[in-house]
Amino acid sequence: MSLSGSDFELVRRVVYDTSGIVLDPGKEYLVESRLQPLCRHENVPSIPRLVQKLREPGAQPLVTRLVDAMTTNETSFFRDVEPFEALRRHVLPALIEARRATRQLNIWYAASSTGQEPYSVSMMLDAEFPQLRGWIVNQLATDISPTVLERARAGRYSQLEVNRGLPAKYLVHYFTKVGNDWRLKDNIRKMVRFEELNLIKAWPLLPAMDIVMLRNVMIYFDTEAKKRVLSGARRVLRPDGYLFLGGAETPMNLDDSFDRQPYPRAGCYTVKATTLA
Amino acid sequence: MNALIVDDSRAMRLLLRQMLVALGFEVAEARHGREALSHLQMRPDTQIALVDWNMPEMNGLELVEAVRADETLSGVRLMMVTTETEMAHVQRALEAGADEYVMKPFSKEIIADKLALLGLSGGDAHAA
Repeated sequence: MSLSGSDFELVRRVVYDTSGIVLDPGKEYLVESRLQPLCRHENVPSIPRLVQKLREPGAQPLVTRLVDAMTTNETSFFRDVEPFEALRRHVLPALIEARRATRQLNIWYAASSTGQEPYSVSMMLDAEFPQLRGWIVNQLATDISPTVLERARAGRYSQLEVNRGLPAKYLVHYFTKVGNDWRLKDNIRKMVRFEELNLIKAWPLLPAMDIVMLRNVMIYFDTEAKKRVLSGARRVLRPDGYLFLGGAETPMNLDDSFDRQPYPRAGCYTVKATTLA
Repeated sequence: MNALIVDDSRAMRLLLRQMLVALGFEVAEARHGREALSHLQMRPDTQIALVDWNMPEMNGLELVEAVRADETLSGVRLMMVTTETEMAHVQRALEAGADEYVMKPFSKEIIADKLALLGLSGGDAHAA
């Protein structure tokens, strides 16, 4: 049975209140396609019955699983290439020079999904920045979805996933084939800590970050949520830190405290000196 | 940019041709390694060859070794596109001089991403 107007409205409101994700009218097909597997998982016979359960007392665990089902987890290794080139050529060399006294780097991946982004950087750090051995490199990767975090921690990927964007030399060096899947070696998995974090709720106390990867998540938020998240990212960044946004994202008209860096298609920003003063 | 597809399957050549043309490449085809080697020796300005592994006359690995042994072809990038999915095969291809490796089945995005890793984006960097 398909989704009625009032049921769509309820799902839309619950998802927005919980995650900030905006489901515009016309997205009924998307909601239906994501709710059908959830019905099977919950052993509920129909979508109307599932929505009814959302109205019942004690529905919070179901709400969590609903939001989990509605989040888009599109990602790939070295997605878009250019941000990683900017990291490799400009950002990391600059930070390594700036932090040579403290020998510590803090990197936050704010919507890490199944882990390809933090693991891409981890492989790059291991392969191309031997000078960081002996440094403390804290990499925190967060996401709203406990399901994708579990997959990320496991570091196990399908053939399709390792085919997408992962250099073959890294596949050979950092993965082991297990059945039809490919498992990331422990030395790389251990470089990243995965935690649950909802960007539109109050953030836990985070250490000052040298790099914040906030890519391809704000596109799902409305203007107010985008402003709040950008403002939070600015506060958590060190004065000379770097913010990365997705290819379709910009702080323009949302937060004027960022300067775009001249690395082509990298979506790389620093905090304006005037903002710091 | 010029690309060469090397595959004994006509259907596979057609599929890859469509993807590469959409990405802005000029595309030539060869049915096996020997034909590919002849083509590359006539057209050493070819930027990328997409190479199947199992083919008659000269297989993909032998082609990679032959291209890497020919200094006039040092500018040709080589990407295996094959059903061979074992780690040992990936290792052998890289050791022989392949630049990248794609396991079948694949999508246009997978091919585009791998080409981007090699700094090759055809005539339209954002066609993918």
